[in-house]
Amino acid sequence: MIWDLIVVGSGVAGLSAAIRGRELGRRVVVVAKGYPTQAQTAMAQGGMNAPLSPGDSPERYEEDTLKAGKGIGEREAVHLLAHRSIEAIQWLERLGMPFSRHGNRIAQRRLGGVPVARACYAQDYTGLKLLHTLYDHARKRGVHFLNNHFLLSCIVEGGEARGVTLLDIGEGSVRQLLGSAVVVATGGYAGIYGKFSTNSHGMVGDGIAAVLRAGAKLRDMEFVQFHPTALVQNSLLISEAARGAGGKIINGDGERFVDELTTRDRLARAIYEQLEMGKKVYLDITHLGEDFILSELPQEYRLARLHGGVDPLKEPIPIRPVAHYTMGGIEVDLELRSSIPNLFGVGEVASTGVHGANRLGGNSLMEGVVFGRRAGERASEVEGSGGEREYEETERDRHLIETLLARSGEGESIYREMGEVQELLYRKGGIVREEGELDGALAKVRQCQEELPSKGIGDGSRLYNTDLVAFLEYRNMLDVAEAALTAMKGRRESRGAHYRRDYPEEDRDFQAHSTLWKDNGVLYLDFKRVS
Amino acid sequence: MVIEIRRYHRDQDSPSTFVQYKVDPEKTLLDNLITLKEEVDPTLTFSRGCRSGVCGSCALRVNGEERLACMTRVQEGDRVEPLSVLTVIRDLVVERESSLETLDRGGAFLMDPQEIPLSEEDERLIERQSDCILCESCFSSCPVYETNPHFLGPFTLTRVYRYLVDKREGEKRGHIDRIVENGIWDCTLCGRCGEVCPMGIDPKNDILLLQSWASRYGYSNPQMASFGSYGLEF
Repeated sequence: MIWDLIVVGSGVAGLSAAIRGRELGRRVVVVAKGYPTQAQTAMAQGGMNAPLSPGDSPERYEEDTLKAGKGIGEREAVHLLAHRSIEAIQWLERLGMPFSRHGNRIAQRRLGGVPVARACYAQDYTGLKLLHTLYDHARKRGVHFLNNHFLLSCIVEGGEARGVTLLDIGEGSVRQLLGSAVVVATGGYAGIYGKFSTNSHGMVGDGIAAVLRAGAKLRDMEFVQFHPTALVQNSLLISEAARGAGGKIINGDGERFVDELTTRDRLARAIYEQLEMGKKVYLDITHLGEDFILSELPQEYRLARLHGGVDPLKEPIPIRPVAHYTMGGIEVDLELRSSIPNLFGVGEVASTGVHGANRLGGNSLMEGVVFGRRAGERASEVEGSGGEREYEETERDRHLIETLLARSGEGESIYREMGEVQELLYRKGGIVREEGELDGALAKVRQCQEELPSKGIGDGSRLYNTDLVAFLEYRNMLDVAEAALTAMKGRRESRGAHYRRDYPEEDRDFQAHSTLWKDNGVLYLDFKRVS
Repeated sequence: MVIEIRRYHRDQDSPSTFVQYKVDPEKTLLDNLITLKEEVDPTLTFSRGCRSGVCGSCALRVNGEERLACMTRVQEGDRVEPLSVLTVIRDLVVERESSLETLDRGGAFLMDPQEIPLSEEDERLIERQSDCILCESCFSSCPVYETNPHFLGPFTLTRVYRYLVDKREGEKRGHIDRIVENGIWDCTLCGRCGEVCPMGIDPKNDILLLQSWASRYGYSNPQMASFGSYGLEF
């Protein structure tokens, strides 16, 4: 069959698009790598922005977002986000979203960089509750779910998207899924930094890699937001609330070296410089007292004890900055259209230009709802024209999977090299960057890409083969890393989350978006002035 | 430190066996599983996601008790197994499609939304129930499935309760009508589901509350009714 809408990814953006498609009477299928509610969205704690408070307005929201974007935020996209945010909250209310309340109103909290309480939240579980509310509603609306399927390729014929090819993880077989429109909503790529990322397992930019191989354009891939305070042991983040309440950042000598309430990028850099000098860095909340910690920071307390092996009531928590959110992604216009007709991108996987050079807290979930619904609407307008037959991409991917399975046990395992590349990306393409180091990292990534055919999987079974999935994710990780490093190298200035030690100042000539695309296997980079 | 993991692959001569592995007591069970897969045996199969207890992927059983691997420290001699009741696909991975279908049968969504503002108290009524991460630990622990495979189950009934008592729900009866068969009266009220829930949700209590809602709409417990017609003769 040919679906009206194929949505790849089941987080806030994907489900919002799928639901909109069903509202418009389209036949919609959502593809999930695992099960829908396992999406990265579940990890979002802070909230989602909407100017509901007295004295706040869509105009102020728009200005704050543009300011955080450091001159390369797209005004039209930001305008849309800000002006549709209130109706998005009202829509979620009708779905039964259990926002926290203050009196009879939706409660709002302040997040960094914004002078008013603008973020609607649901305790510390905003993303979790949003995701489940959308999931329940998607089931009610009759969205079809295809779980445990991994995106391999976008099928493109005559320059237009016709569908996708998927690995059925449970069966170890390749299948194609055809649709009039494809919405890619697979999330960001902070997971390319591996254990140096707050993200859920497998967030390596599967959708970005697939569309890049299919010829679509990427944008602003150099912009990666690092969260300053994550547990050293496993990169789970300690919320900003801990610093907001008076938590101190100290080094191993017990010295404070930075204003704890400065912006995320400055704080991350200051902490990283200490780590580079060989010092350890800690978040000290011992002076806040047991009552406060247990009532206000219960999740942090529990996670620091379990994973960090420290008691935050008695000792400082070892921290480091790690990759948290990626502003770049598939280049899309205001209608969420990629450079390939009938192929849409939405949510963290895409770049609408809404975040510019840095994202404001509380904007990712709202982006997912506002632009997700818009993507579902635009994709529903597409009238497909492709035929129902087996496409070249399907045959090629089937050959890839069969070869990998047949050669299992022969090639070298990927895991050690993958860990090395992730650490290299953190050290050379992370918080502080410079030309020579980026060149070195890029050379290493390209060498790994070339040597990938000599690597292999150790598990030859077709049945739910997670070793095979890890290999495919590693391939994507390398492709996405190549694109990100290339853009980091090309942007010879510092702006927002992108910091170059050799070009520490903002440069007006770079008030531009980086654009990346592949042609015959070669990656190209260009800059386009902000409109 | 050594633990045992139940390995399962349908095509092997003895599909299900316990295998011993050396683990690091300083790490969580999930981190140990990851190290084992990357360094010892790439065929070891399990699910994982957020590693912070909100995505529900890594639920399994340790010494018969449902746990999230990411939130569990290992102990000498632990026996690690997949969730129960659900069909095992491979090693620690289970099939969840059919259990999730209970959400549709139970009607776990807002049926007729009303534009009514919620107060703090209204929201608190559904706060804990909406913490559910769908890890299906409760499903795995439920003894009702030994006798009734069609039982709606604890997570779906808790979710139905969460939408039923939502002040914005204009269609209360519709919810009740869908949970009286293979639902609220089939629960034995053993309370295992609440004991194993990593989020501190107590489905048994929600089921008791649903039973009283059902009575309000004229339903009565069929088991009590049959007991009553004979029992009261004594």
